[in-house]
Amino acid sequence: MTDAAIVLRARDICRAFPGVQALDGVQLTLRAGEVHALMGQNGAGKSTLIRILTGVYQPDAGNIELLDRAVAPRSPLHAQQLGISAVHQESHLLPNLSVAENICAGRYPRKPWTRGGGIDWRETRRRAHELLARLGIDIDVDQLAGGLPAALQQLAAVARAVAGDARVLILDEPTSSLDADEVRALFALIRKLRDQGVAILFVTHFLDQVYEICDRITVLRNGRFVGEYACAKLDAPGLVAAMVGRELAGTSGAVTHARPEGAASPALSARNIARRGQLRAMDVEIRPGEILGVAGLLGSGRTELARLLFGLDPRDSGDIEIDGKTARLEQPADAVLLGLGFCPEDRKHSGIVAELSVRENIALALQARMGLRKFLDPAAQRALAEKLVAALGIRTPGIEAPIGQLSGGNQQKAIIARWLATHPRVLILDEPTRGIDVAAKQELMNEIRALANGGTAVLFISAEIDEVVRVSDRILVLRDRAKAGELPGGAGEDAVYSLIVAS
Amino acid sequence: MSRRLLPLAVTILLFIGMAAFGALRYDGFLSLQVFLNLLIDNAFLCVAAVGMTFVILSGGIDLSVGAVMAFTTTLSAALLGIGWNPYATMAVVLALGAAFGAAQGFLIQRFRLAPFIVTLAGMFMARGCSYLISTESVPISDPTYVAIAQARIPVGFDASLTLGALVAIATVLAAMRLAHATAFGRAVYALGGDENSARLMGLAVGRTRIAVYLLSGFTAALAGIVMTFYMLSGYSLHAVGLELDAIAAVVIGGTLLAGGVGYVAGTLFGVLILGIIQTLIAFDGTLSSWWTKIVVGVLLLLFCLLQRLFESRSRRTA
Amino acid sequence: MRRLSRHALFWPLATLALLLLLNSCFNPAFLALSWRDGHLYGHLIDILKNAAPLMVVALGMTLVIAVRGLDISVGAVVAIAAAVATLLTGGSFNAGGEVASEHPLWLALGAALLVAAACGLWNGVLVVKAGMQPIVATLILMVAGRGIAQLLTGGQIITVYYPPFFAIGSGFLAGLPIALWIAAGLWGVLHLALSRSALGLFIRAIGGNPEAARVAGVRSAAITLCVYTFCGLAAGVAGLIVSSNVKSADANNAGQLFELDAILAVTLGGTALTGGRFTLAGTVVGALIIQTLTSTIYSLGVPPEVNLVVKAALVFAVMLLQSAEFRSLFTRRAAADSGAPR
Repeated sequence: MTDAAIVLRARDICRAFPGVQALDGVQLTLRAGEVHALMGQNGAGKSTLIRILTGVYQPDAGNIELLDRAVAPRSPLHAQQLGISAVHQESHLLPNLSVAENICAGRYPRKPWTRGGGIDWRETRRRAHELLARLGIDIDVDQLAGGLPAALQQLAAVARAVAGDARVLILDEPTSSLDADEVRALFALIRKLRDQGVAILFVTHFLDQVYEICDRITVLRNGRFVGEYACAKLDAPGLVAAMVGRELAGTSGAVTHARPEGAASPALSARNIARRGQLRAMDVEIRPGEILGVAGLLGSGRTELARLLFGLDPRDSGDIEIDGKTARLEQPADAVLLGLGFCPEDRKHSGIVAELSVRENIALALQARMGLRKFLDPAAQRALAEKLVAALGIRTPGIEAPIGQLSGGNQQKAIIARWLATHPRVLILDEPTRGIDVAAKQELMNEIRALANGGTAVLFISAEIDEVVRVSDRILVLRDRAKAGELPGGAGEDAVYSLIVAS
Repeated sequence: MSRRLLPLAVTILLFIGMAAFGALRYDGFLSLQVFLNLLIDNAFLCVAAVGMTFVILSGGIDLSVGAVMAFTTTLSAALLGIGWNPYATMAVVLALGAAFGAAQGFLIQRFRLAPFIVTLAGMFMARGCSYLISTESVPISDPTYVAIAQARIPVGFDASLTLGALVAIATVLAAMRLAHATAFGRAVYALGGDENSARLMGLAVGRTRIAVYLLSGFTAALAGIVMTFYMLSGYSLHAVGLELDAIAAVVIGGTLLAGGVGYVAGTLFGVLILGIIQTLIAFDGTLSSWWTKIVVGVLLLLFCLLQRLFESRSRRTA
Repeated sequence: MRRLSRHALFWPLATLALLLLLNSCFNPAFLALSWRDGHLYGHLIDILKNAAPLMVVALGMTLVIAVRGLDISVGAVVAIAAAVATLLTGGSFNAGGEVASEHPLWLALGAALLVAAACGLWNGVLVVKAGMQPIVATLILMVAGRGIAQLLTGGQIITVYYPPFFAIGSGFLAGLPIALWIAAGLWGVLHLALSRSALGLFIRAIGGNPEAARVAGVRSAAITLCVYTFCGLAAGVAGLIVSSNVKSADANNAGQLFELDAILAVTLGGTALTGGRFTLAGTVVGALIIQTLTSTIYSLGVPPEVNLVVKAALVFAVMLLQSAEFRSLFTRRAAADSGAPR
């Protein structure tokens, strides 16, 4: 296995975007007949690397060699012509066309001129059928791709990817929406392709899947190359440590734990909440003044849980009670009225209104809660904004500046300020410290602790397990969209890791 | 397979239903010429709607169609008036229509402008240019045009078609082949289905989009030529609001306004349905012609709601 | 000067000033105002009076565009409102030899406005509840609405004989046209509502980032419904002004191409079609620009047909200037391949 021919070698790949160095000297080596895992947390650079390999972006520095020939994919089409194919998380099939057509799109067989010169549909269907049979996939080629369940779409997408004699197949989180049987079917296909000599790059965050199918692992962290390991030589805890990094965070001072006395009735109590494909049924309870931390790897269901609790996504089952009363949480406006707050993970998409000023962004949730007529006039908004900007140390040219101009970290602080202004009963924070510098993180954590001490129930989600451990009164550990367990405050990181990797 | 054809089947059934209704209710309705007249009187709408089908299939919209048609008629009348060769005239207006459409497509693709507003401005521009050529109705007396306009092709049973209707039929057939048997046609469907996926698959998304609007401009000009045969005049106020009729025909024909789903054959039946509504109202004699607009509006609403239902159902099962 | 030029209203006002200047070059009496028959008189007054219906419709359209929507049915709603108002007013000689109306004027006007608002609500329901694209949803009313208007008027042009009805479009109050007072009043009411309540903030949030606004607890659905309803109401007011001005309702031609002019007025005024920030003042200036343009073309002796071509060129210019891809042609940063991942 270790002597297998090298198919693709990417060396010293660098790529920057305005404000962030996405990749910094990354190495990747793919060998024929091998399944190679690419792993890393949010912002590690996995998707950027894949986009460079598939020609969507061009690297700022570094080179790529395919079969010992230097190549530079200029576009997805060019990459495919070179022999590098990719299947993405959303299968990216054309939902309105048949499976056969999806497989052959762009390379239709033609009838000869004597018979009209148009697309030979019979041949198209035959080729698709033959390819699927060769790969052991049982799908009706005439069916519309959009009508297939996600798992079969995934298989069809893989079939399309290899239809053009691909040497390198990149699978980007292909199993995120698949259940166990479907994963098994996909892996059977991957093994078949591997045995045919294709070099496969497999991106996933499911640890058990990595060990089930992969031969080698490359780990990225914060855009840098951490290392390439053979699966047999690196165990799960070691892998997690490499991904998450155990370097000293540099934040001094533990945040004081003020554990709530007595068994006060919970501020938020969710029983049996679930959403098909997103989160398996679980119970969650947060007491006033308590910080409940949520820990788990990427894809474990953290954000899904938060969205269900806030009413952003409809739940398939379960009830939610706020202060003991059943709550009809069907849209965020309901949640806000009941005293909930939600700081989303993706602040650009669901957090800030980029063209509005810092002042308006901060005042928005409070105003929404107060309704249409009880108006916070600009003077009141200004006072509120200035107070919070000072309290959280938000760096801004002024509260009238469009919030889109602020750096990511300061935007994040402003969103938190928005919810602090509403004096929420329950505040859900999804990755609140992402993109914030070390000193500011400490300030933020103190602010969150102060909030909890004031009686707010806080749900604190973070990918950085050391953070969760440091500030939480209780820790909810998620794994693969289900509850792995609960730990009391003060539990060490090892306890959390062991719940995460336990099989 | 059958699920895809369902919207088309609904349209065809609707047409047959209306025809049956007319046959039962009015004497003389069920005659071949009455049905051929549907095609004759709406030939230019049919041609324009075929081009519109491709635009809508790609996920866009073209509001300039009526204006381009009007421009074609006034320019033709002017050129013929100063003695131009009729076939040269036709060639010039077709080329101009295609160029106009391509320009719109370029602006939409290159600068990511909304198709609605670009073709809206294009509508202003085309009709404005038409006004610049002439504001009055200019009759056409070129012998070739007159001969074409008066030609009747007998199809038996005392019924006949015009050349305009034949052009419409030919356009429909050519479009069906284009949509079904060429890479361009399939790329249009792909673009309407999921632009991002199409790009990732390596399909030439940009070129396809520009080509689609070029095609729409070309068919608008062709429709204008057909209208010139029908009216034998060039007038800037021809075809006001025709783009809306074309869109209605396409939607009623089963094509999703979101793009990616639909058949050219459906558009043909959509045009026939619009025609038969007018015929039914004319036969009735008591209803005023504006009932047409109301019925078309109601049909449009029903089909749009059906489409929404169809979309939300398929999204849930996917 | 540069500070001044950064102000949102600078370019629209500059364009308007330029047009007025051009006009007065060709027609020295253009800017002249005099007092006649108990009111102000002059070309400028004509422009203000004629721009009033467009101003009103464009104000309603501004809010719809601000929430990332569009309403192309306003022309049809104008026709419907005009039809309802004129039908209910009518006017015939009564026993005393005076002209009396069929129904009390307030009833006729009220009914017209109610119907117009209902049309707006209908559009809003299709967009919000049925989830249709705004162009499609309002297209339906645009097609059917004219038919409905013609149905109401029986295809005839309904003439009104009741003098008080004429006041709306042709009357004067304190020297200025009543139509202008109505437009100004509507603008004033909107301005108050938007600045004295949270409505302005909510609309800007919904248009700026609908998802973020929803997460923050803004009731987007209800607000969007109200915005569409108001747009219909505004079209109704415009319909009253128009029909009063011509003392009749022509279902076929009333409000023809109005929606296009309204969208143009909004974009000329500086509101982006992508939604979010909007400016009512800009829209008013935009409407004045369009009306002055028509006047300018007329007074220049240029055939009025040129009007459309100029409008088209203006729309293209504004669109391109608002397009980030176009602007990036002139700045060094590449348009493609930018932006962080995710």
